[in-house]
Amino acid sequence: MQGADIIALGSIVTAGLTIAIGSIGPAIGEGRAVSQALSSIAQQPDSSNTITRTLFVGLAMIESTAIYCFVVSMILLFANPFWNHLTQQ
Amino acid sequence: MMEIPFAAIQISTDEWIFWQSESWPTVKLNATIAFTWLIMALLVLGSWFVTRGLSSGVNIPRFQNVVEVLITTMRDQIRDVSRQDPGRYLPFVGTLFLFIALSNLMTVVPGYRPPTGSLSTTAALATCVFVAVPLYGVSSQGMAGYLRHYVRPTVLMLPFNIIGEVSRTLALAVRLYGNMMSGTVIAAILIGFVPLFVPVLMQLLGLLTGMIQAYIFAVLAMVYIASATKVIRQSHLRNQTDVETQHAD
Repeated sequence: MQGADIIALGSIVTAGLTIAIGSIGPAIGEGRAVSQALSSIAQQPDSSNTITRTLFVGLAMIESTAIYCFVVSMILLFANPFWNHLTQQ
Repeated sequence: MMEIPFAAIQISTDEWIFWQSESWPTVKLNATIAFTWLIMALLVLGSWFVTRGLSSGVNIPRFQNVVEVLITTMRDQIRDVSRQDPGRYLPFVGTLFLFIALSNLMTVVPGYRPPTGSLSTTAALATCVFVAVPLYGVSSQGMAGYLRHYVRPTVLMLPFNIIGEVSRTLALAVRLYGNMMSGTVIAAILIGFVPLFVPVLMQLLGLLTGMIQAYIFAVLAMVYIASATKVIRQSHLRNQTDVETQHAD
């Protein structure tokens, strides 16, 4: 295999693995957070405003880890610096 | 064999260039700047138009009503998050929210690409927060009081506090950029093999995400500012409520 092939193969496989593995953790985390928040709202409906706002902020924090993985895989697929370096030679 | 329009997939709106100076190739007008100017113009003209005929009577103009609802909600949210008087923070946090919300909502207009889908814009916004946090902190607690945050609870935490300061700014920028960019990219990929109906649903989802991201950006900015200004204010407030309860007794 030539250099370009190795880079292409590595980028594609890594991009898939990045988003696949990287979405497991946030998915579990968001599920746990939402279920906990729902049971809290069921127990204390009065403070549902605070719980919902904190939940949204927390979800955004959790989700950002998945977003990082997404950004990395997008960079690998569409704006790969190594690939650009190789093709511009 | 389906064809995915790779040309439609742009990771950043920076690559879409409207105009480039011939003698100065680095001077160019890309989509990010153009649409940012559009949003700014809309916001400025909108505020100018709404504040023309302000009235404090029973019958208020309808646009004044809209803006009043917005401002009241923002003030309430800021007061809830920071537990302080929202007046000092409303101009900064409210502007952040309005700018991001409008630029994300405008995606319903065909041909428009949100400037928040470019890392340059979101990095600039996050830098504004990064600068505003020490400004608000120093102005409310003084230089020594603000710097004392970094060695809390012990001096050993100093490097971690500094790393946290930088990394949360990075996170703020990449979160907004990733969310807005993912909407555009997923829509472009979906158009490649389900051109009907499904991209519309993704657009709707994108509108929802855009609003939530605008809210989250503003709330996180407020949380960061509040964490730099809190300590003295809180004890001050607590003393005040203690006094008030004593009076009530």
